[in-house]
Amino acid sequence: MALTDTITALQSDFGDLVLSEFRGQHRVTVCRAQMYDLLQALKVQHAFDMLVDVTCVDYLHYRGATDRFGLVYLLASTSTNARLTVRVLLNEPELTVPSVTPLWEGGNWLEREVWDMFGIRFDGHPDLRRILLPDEFTAHPLRKDYPLQGRGERHNFPVLARGDA
Amino acid sequence: MAQGGLPMAVELPENVVVSKLDELASWCRKNSLWPMPFATACCGIELMATGASRHDLSRFGAEVFRFSPRQCDLMIVAGRVVMKMLPVLQRIWQQMHEPKWCISMGACASTGGVFDTYCVVQGIDRFMPVDMYVPGCPPRPEQLIQAIIDLQDKIQREGTVEGREFESVARQQPKRALLELPVIHVPVIGK
Amino acid sequence: MSLTAAEVRTDDQEQDYLWTLNFGPQHPATHTTLRIILKLDGERVVDAGPEIGYLHSGFEKLGEHLDFNQYVTVTDRMNYISPMANNVAWHHAVETLLGIELTPRCNYIRTVIAELARISDHLLSVGAMGLDTGAFTFFLYAFYQRELIYNIFETLCGARFTNSYTRVGGVMHDITPLTVEKIRTFVSEFPKTLNDMERLLNRNRIFVERTKDVGVLHRDDAINLSCSGPIARASGVTRDLRKDEPYLAYDDFDFQVCCAQAGDCFARYYVRMAEMWESLKIVEQAVENIPAGPVNVGVDERATLPSKDQVYQTIEGTITHFELVMANRGFQVPCEEAYSATEAPNGELGFYLVSDGSNVAYRARCRPPSFLHFALFPQLIRGHTLSDVVAVLGSLNIIAAELDR
Repeated sequence: MALTDTITALQSDFGDLVLSEFRGQHRVTVCRAQMYDLLQALKVQHAFDMLVDVTCVDYLHYRGATDRFGLVYLLASTSTNARLTVRVLLNEPELTVPSVTPLWEGGNWLEREVWDMFGIRFDGHPDLRRILLPDEFTAHPLRKDYPLQGRGERHNFPVLARGDA
Repeated sequence: MAQGGLPMAVELPENVVVSKLDELASWCRKNSLWPMPFATACCGIELMATGASRHDLSRFGAEVFRFSPRQCDLMIVAGRVVMKMLPVLQRIWQQMHEPKWCISMGACASTGGVFDTYCVVQGIDRFMPVDMYVPGCPPRPEQLIQAIIDLQDKIQREGTVEGREFESVARQQPKRALLELPVIHVPVIGK
Repeated sequence: MSLTAAEVRTDDQEQDYLWTLNFGPQHPATHTTLRIILKLDGERVVDAGPEIGYLHSGFEKLGEHLDFNQYVTVTDRMNYISPMANNVAWHHAVETLLGIELTPRCNYIRTVIAELARISDHLLSVGAMGLDTGAFTFFLYAFYQRELIYNIFETLCGARFTNSYTRVGGVMHDITPLTVEKIRTFVSEFPKTLNDMERLLNRNRIFVERTKDVGVLHRDDAINLSCSGPIARASGVTRDLRKDEPYLAYDDFDFQVCCAQAGDCFARYYVRMAEMWESLKIVEQAVENIPAGPVNVGVDERATLPSKDQVYQTIEGTITHFELVMANRGFQVPCEEAYSATEAPNGELGFYLVSDGSNVAYRARCRPPSFLHFALFPQLIRGHTLSDVVAVLGSLNIIAAELDR
């Protein structure tokens, strides 16, 4: 099934999708309520069997942005070599979405990283805890209001002198 | 007769060397440094290349790359140390026996390098004593070999049998360069 | 022999006999900073919990502060055993976003360096796998060949590795005849060493027994867990971006995609050795046929820094140089988002770039293949013994800097 057929089928099954296309890459923006059903339909009916990436963009400093976070799912199909981007726009305080781990196991660590870096919770995730940063780290560093050099966490350690055992 | 010394009642045979004990101990230690490779990132690959067949580190006595801190005396920190890894580094340093030396290999271990970010420690010498710094990103194997030769010279110059040189005042003081400089925020272009 | 699910006791009261062993993050066999918490029943691994983040350096945050040409230096430090492949992948993503089309000469040069980087990566990967399972000579053979590849890169651009060779719209310097000569010498002499290496390990009883049927990954699991690259191909997934979504000059060359069906450690080793032969074929074909012409895109596109004689002798060169270098101009970037992936030696390395019109990326997300492959580890190791941990980890080729970014 060609990608255009897939998108037409999605448009008829799910209302209010925003479609866009840039440099040959197709993107579907869906609302949070329909997100899981759309992804499930893509996996089951349209053979998008590979979850390439789950990532997030913080639009806080973006000119002309309407929502704060854009959660992005990159999907690919190994049988037809098609690629599709699914985007979900989120705003504080409802930063919780259903997890896609039941559909694609590869989403497990990817969602943990999004939680670690951006603070977006995933309902139904088997083990949602920090993955790249220490557990006691409190902030979500890839948000735009966190400074590049941090807030002093990187030098908060004891100093070993020469004679210390 | 011993060279230029006092006349001795017993003549020393040819295969006896008379020397200060400190010099002898330092000579032995410098020529048999056992490196503990704390390789985290790209500098770790250059460290492996230094130990491989082309730039052979075993020519200088430092062949035995034992990964156990209990058996090593030279820690080579090769690569960036992030805040999650620093307690591990400190723990391994504490597990090594005296006398021990530390080479901070590469820009990231010496000052944080390219990565002035929220998670990279800006120089391991903030948190543990370092004897030799090797600049480079990554340093060529020849630079690392030069650092080991310089460290060998340092050990020969200052080494003592019982490790008195580590307690000197100069070694105990924190370095002047570790004063925290004010953070300058560069405005992002285009915003 | 691996245990079946029924044999592995998971009752909570019976958990006291299990012994927890911490493997890493400082260990000779964890390729730099990986940590695995193993639950052992004697020598059998009952469960494994990977812990990562010991090399997390904030690459993605740095991407929001560095220019498109400055960030290539940071991408070098991701998969640091094949930095050229990362440079090519990053600039492929940037050029997709900006809509720049490269000259044929640049495409060929980038293909050659990407394939040399692939050979370099696979040499270290199988070399380290051999080292961890005890074959030290094999490792030294592999490392010596990598030194020859370093010589080629050094002649090309001055740095052994961490080259930062590519630029937006082209490369740093053009390729010189001396470099071409060195590549030809390498191509003629490498097969002999590769034959020696294969003869050492392919039918070596110890190596085969340590790696056959260890860490089996089935095809459906491989797709579900988002594997790519040699690991997926060793499990029967016939996906190679060089053939499925051709980029650079891969369409012009005749080469095959190497796949296996067994999905065990030996299959992954074998696929990597076979891929080295195929990469050598590509380099051989490419280096004889590099098209003449300019290597960077023309000055009118306002994308690449022009050469100095263009800057000083033509007005377009001067204007382009000014526009790219001045602080309030820079690249002309559409306010859009794009993802583009290349077939890096480790798998599908992609960058998701979001731009808001300035010459600094708004968000530079790197999709790291090693991250997803390390998530496979618990599934592959359950039921095997402690000594298999090393073989499986070596076969997955996890690069900690790409994993943690």
